[in-house]
Amino acid sequence: MTVVASHTIPVIPRGVRLHADKVRSRWVLLAPERTIDLDPIGLAILQEVDGLRTFSQIVAGLAVKYEAPVDQISGDVGEFLAGLADRRIVELT
Amino acid sequence: MTARPTVPAPIAMLAELTYRCPLSCPYCSNPVEMAKKEAELDTEAWADVFAQAARLGVLQLHLSGGEPASRRDLVALVAAARTAGLYTNLITSAIGLTQRRLKELETAGLDHVQLSLQGTDADMADRIGGYKGGFDRKMQAAHWIVEAGFPLTLNAVVHRQNLHQLPQAIEMAVAMKARRMEVAIVQFHGWAMLNRKTLMPTAEQATEASRIVQEARSRLKGTLVIDYVPADYHSDYPKRCMGGWGTTGLNVTPDGLVLPCHAAQTIPTLEFDNVRDKPLADIWYNGTAFNAYRGEDWMQEPCKSCDRRKLDFGGCRCQAMAIAGQAAATDPVCVKSPVHGKMVELAQAFSQDETGELVYRKSP
Ligand code: SF4
Ligand code: SF4
Repeated sequence: MTVVASHTIPVIPRGVRLHADKVRSRWVLLAPERTIDLDPIGLAILQEVDGLRTFSQIVAGLAVKYEAPVDQISGDVGEFLAGLADRRIVELT
Repeated sequence: MTARPTVPAPIAMLAELTYRCPLSCPYCSNPVEMAKKEAELDTEAWADVFAQAARLGVLQLHLSGGEPASRRDLVALVAAARTAGLYTNLITSAIGLTQRRLKELETAGLDHVQLSLQGTDADMADRIGGYKGGFDRKMQAAHWIVEAGFPLTLNAVVHRQNLHQLPQAIEMAVAMKARRMEVAIVQFHGWAMLNRKTLMPTAEQATEASRIVQEARSRLKGTLVIDYVPADYHSDYPKRCMGGWGTTGLNVTPDGLVLPCHAAQTIPTLEFDNVRDKPLADIWYNGTAFNAYRGEDWMQEPCKSCDRRKLDFGGCRCQAMAIAGQAAATDPVCVKSPVHGKMVELAQAFSQDETGELVYRKSP
């Protein structure tokens, strides 16, 4: 799997968007032919992806917000974003 | 109408805006008898269907046809779909898409374009599409689509005539910067049923296609995502039916009929409701066609007691209809079907038959 470097800027590309699925009371990521069910962690990560901040900045922000060690957050966020990047749902620039 | 707890809301809707199309692909999944232009739902009617679909739970809308660009009001329809909150995908041959129209579609909020590919060169593509000059126009439009920045999926239907071009088709997808590609081995519904002699791939070709896709998937990981529909008539177990009949998706025809699957009209015992007469949610939850093959009660042996029944739902109802003569029968692709032998023989015979001529789809 792709490894996310600290200076990488993750981007949600055109054609992919967050959507509040009111009928099912959940958040989803809508992409070509894909609907990805987001748990609260996935949603929290994607809400930090603004196309400006680097991977390490996002991790640092989430670590503070969730009072969790940077190493653990970094692993979780890295795995999540790399999985989406392999499916071309997130771009790592 | 009330939602029933056992029936999930649909995720996806295929809106067949029109049966009109400048191409005449011999594998078109449209019915052989098609509704005329005058019978098509108008702009307001479609906009209302989109709004109803979103309220019902649909997230993804596929605008298809025929050729959706043959609708003059395509831009207005895309705008209506986005206003309803739907993820909007245009499934097109790109004939009829000008640079200006693409700009308007972009402003209207179109999310994604799925471009069909009939062949990787003009000879093949124009012969299969039955439209001279079509390939060049498509390539020009493809360039505009990419230039406008739309995310693109290239959709290649492969069959005995063009299967050898699959590696080039994959390279074309990469060159066009498509993020996704769909490789579908021709499914025999609609017009394709009339063309089994010419289109049925051999078992060797089907295996080769799977190998090519596997190889490309690992080589192009992170560059191109490939979704693949294999040739089930050369396998031992059937494809799963959509995601289950009446559980995931629905299809609205140009004249407003609501179908559980695009080929459902080949099942003569089913009756379909029309959005002109009933609310979409009522049709989804209570329509007889949707309830006909929901769950497992309709199943016969060997499906009824088979441990794969939650995996494939007994396979394709339309294929069971076409080959076993009964929509509730086990899909004949399955080795457990009593008519599996007949299916294998048929597939084998068609794939060796050199006498067929392409029967082209006719527009209404
Ligand atoms: S019945 Fe057959 S054609 Fe229809 S959705 Fe199921 S698998 Fe597809
Ligand atoms: S018997 Fe029916 S449920 Fe079992 S594998 Fe075959 S088609 Fe699927």
